[in-house]
Amino acid sequence: MIAGALAFGFAGLGIALALNLWRLFKGPGVTDRILALDTMVINVIGLIVLAGIARGSETAFEAALLLAMVGFVGTVSYAKFLLRGDIIE
Amino acid sequence: MSDAPFLVELLVSALIVLGASFALIGSWGMVRLPSLMERLHGPTKATTLGLGAMLVASVAWFQLAEGVWTTHEILVSVFLFVTAPISANMIAKVHLHRLRTGEPGEVRGPAGTPDAPPTGATWATYEAPHEGTPGDFVGD
Repeated sequence: MIAGALAFGFAGLGIALALNLWRLFKGPGVTDRILALDTMVINVIGLIVLAGIARGSETAFEAALLLAMVGFVGTVSYAKFLLRGDIIE
Repeated sequence: MSDAPFLVELLVSALIVLGASFALIGSWGMVRLPSLMERLHGPTKATTLGLGAMLVASVAWFQLAEGVWTTHEILVSVFLFVTAPISANMIAKVHLHRLRTGEPGEVRGPAGTPDAPPTGATWATYEAPHEGTPGDFVGD
């Protein structure tokens, strides 16, 4: 049963990533693309968590934590750049 | 991994399916909704809730089936729950700013742009704080 649930989870997150890619290419605005990238990071964190359960390895969660931090910093720095024309003032 | 009790497998499987469904619904909402202010709802609520369900599933699986107590998932969930509203707020501010400056590609939502703040200032997206605007530190 857990294998079936994991397969469903991988498939669902894969489709979600494909939808995010569609929004990333379609736009129409820069803010839509930032939002699509932010959502892609969150979906990839979900994929890493599911892979950690599937493989029984706890080292995957270090990667999930790092990706959560780096994704947030990337989103905020892109938004700051668009707002102020500069990231660190 | 199939030597876990039935109830543990049922709980973890239900949480994984719930989380993946929410993540899928959030991304579908981001594709489907017409303007950015509406598109913000899908990822920031549904995806974070879905990821929370998957992280709870991971904690429960490692504790109940493998006997290992892990705290990384709790760290990840706390970090995501703190940062998701902040990044959504930043994206909304960029959207308002680009609507005001008339950048191409920004689609106005059904609610339009909000009214300016009452003190004669503009939204704090474009100019540095000066006297009379929020954040001027006068009287702090």
